Amino acid sequence: MIEIKNLGKTWPDGTRVLENINLTIQDGEIYALVGRSGAGKSTLLRCINGLTDYQAGSLKVDGLEIKSLKDFEIRQLRRRIGMIFQQFSLLERETVYKNIALPMKCWKYPDSEIDAKVHALLELVGLSDKADAKPRNLSGGQKQRVAIARALIMDPKILLCDEATSALDPKTTHSILELLMEINKKIGITIVIVTHQMEVVRKACEEACILENGVISAQGSVREIFIKQPASLLRLLGEERAKLPSSGHNIQIAHLLNHKEEGKLLGQLAADFNQAFPIVSGKIRDFRNDMLGIFVINIEDEYLEPVTRWLDDRNIDWLELSAANNINETEAD
Amino acid sequence: MSLSRYSFSQIFNMLILPAIFDTLWMLVISGVISVALGFVIGVIMTLTEKGGLCENLFINRVLDLLVNVIRSFPFIILMISIIPFTRLIVGSSIGDTAALVPLTVACTPFMARIFQNSFKEVDPALIEAAQSWGASKSQIVFKVMLKESVPSIISGLCLAIINLLGCTAMAGAVGAGGLGAIALTYGYQNFNETIMYSIVVILILMVAFIQYLGDLLYRKMK
Repeated sequence: MIEIKNLGKTWPDGTRVLENINLTIQDGEIYALVGRSGAGKSTLLRCINGLTDYQAGSLKVDGLEIKSLKDFEIRQLRRRIGMIFQQFSLLERETVYKNIALPMKCWKYPDSEIDAKVHALLELVGLSDKADAKPRNLSGGQKQRVAIARALIMDPKILLCDEATSALDPKTTHSILELLMEINKKIGITIVIVTHQMEVVRKACEEACILENGVISAQGSVREIFIKQPASLLRLLGEERAKLPSSGHNIQIAHLLNHKEEGKLLGQLAADFNQAFPIVSGKIRDFRNDMLGIFVINIEDEYLEPVTRWLDDRNIDWLELSAANNINETEAD
Repeated sequence: MSLSRYSFSQIFNMLILPAIFDTLWMLVISGVISVALGFVIGVIMTLTEKGGLCENLFINRVLDLLVNVIRSFPFIILMISIIPFTRLIVGSSIGDTAALVPLTVACTPFMARIFQNSFKEVDPALIEAAQSWGASKSQIVFKVMLKESVPSIISGLCLAIINLLGCTAMAGAVGAGGLGAIALTYGYQNFNETIMYSIVVILILMVAFIQYLGDLLYRKMK
């Protein structure tokens, strides 16, 4: 478990990078740290394995306060925390096999043990035939697979991913995410993903927090964040919230669209009330395992109570958006 | 002394061949020592620089200054000005062994810079990756930085060794043997053009060979 409390970090020149960060990452979770470049997400990630320090607050990995660890203790801790990077960070002159084996070599494991482990991991990442290839002869996706194998070689409990898919095309990104999810399922490893790609968050992560200028501006389950659509999410997506009508109530309805039946919800609503409610905004997004539809309908005062009851009865997430909300948030920037 | 009664092959066997071995001896010994010292200094300069693994700006600046000062001496001046130091170390300031001291002193900073520049080219992200699995500092130096910069080091060393070859010839001016001494004595002072141009050709061949070897190794290591 990773527990971060009131964490703050300033660069030596006094610029504040992180401020009052509070979050908990449970074992076995896939957690996303999202934000634009410069938001401090990569820095926060590096606080977890002690690659960078922090001045205020506390960060505990399995109960160990990172700040208090001595040099050798930090190195010991890092054995249990794998890390992958945007540019893969492989040794260009070494073979795939040697790249993967390097961490174990550094920790002086016997060769026979290393050999078995490397082959098992090559199998896991689907590169068994590339053991003797050099990284420069591999594609970006394959390089990241090698990096993942290297990060996993010491059986870490946590895997940190620093923009691991940012240099890859969408299809490769997808396959790398699939691999990460498979590993997460298979060995129950905790995965912390730093990214600016929202599709990565939607596809792979359960929990997320959005960082803006070194502060957490939204956090919670990924579904919840997408349903609530906090202003920081919209800023991140670069989307403007649709202009909502100022009369009546704007009700945002978020529901699963995994089956055909579920797609009938709005139709059902209209049928039950014998009234067609105008849809003023809507999108359908694919999540980790689900398709989620997010629609905003505009209803008159008289229907507010019965419609929301109707939604509650069916356990459907809804939220009233005020048209004014828009303006307030823009001013708050 | 007249050499006219000797044939070229006799001159070659008597004068030039031993000189080639003298030159090679000076080149190899001072080359090996300065590579070793240069490596150590290069590593220290890399580690201690701003943002390095063991940041220490004081040591970094001192070494940097030292390297710059020594490198700004023309070799012939350096050789003469460190004579007391040479005497202290080898007990004499004349001869092949004595020449090793200024050769090493002149070449070491050059080597140090070559190592430093090659290490600088190593992607910092790689060093960070090595830290991320808990590699120690020495492992990062030997297993990551050195490993990754081998081709660049080889092409740099090739340059430095050719430069060193030029210095060994100059060492001839202060009593060291070798091709430089022969060329000066017989070519410059005795106007024996045959010997001088033979030596020029030999030096050209040596440089070409070193460069060829360097290029070959570079391609192999890349």
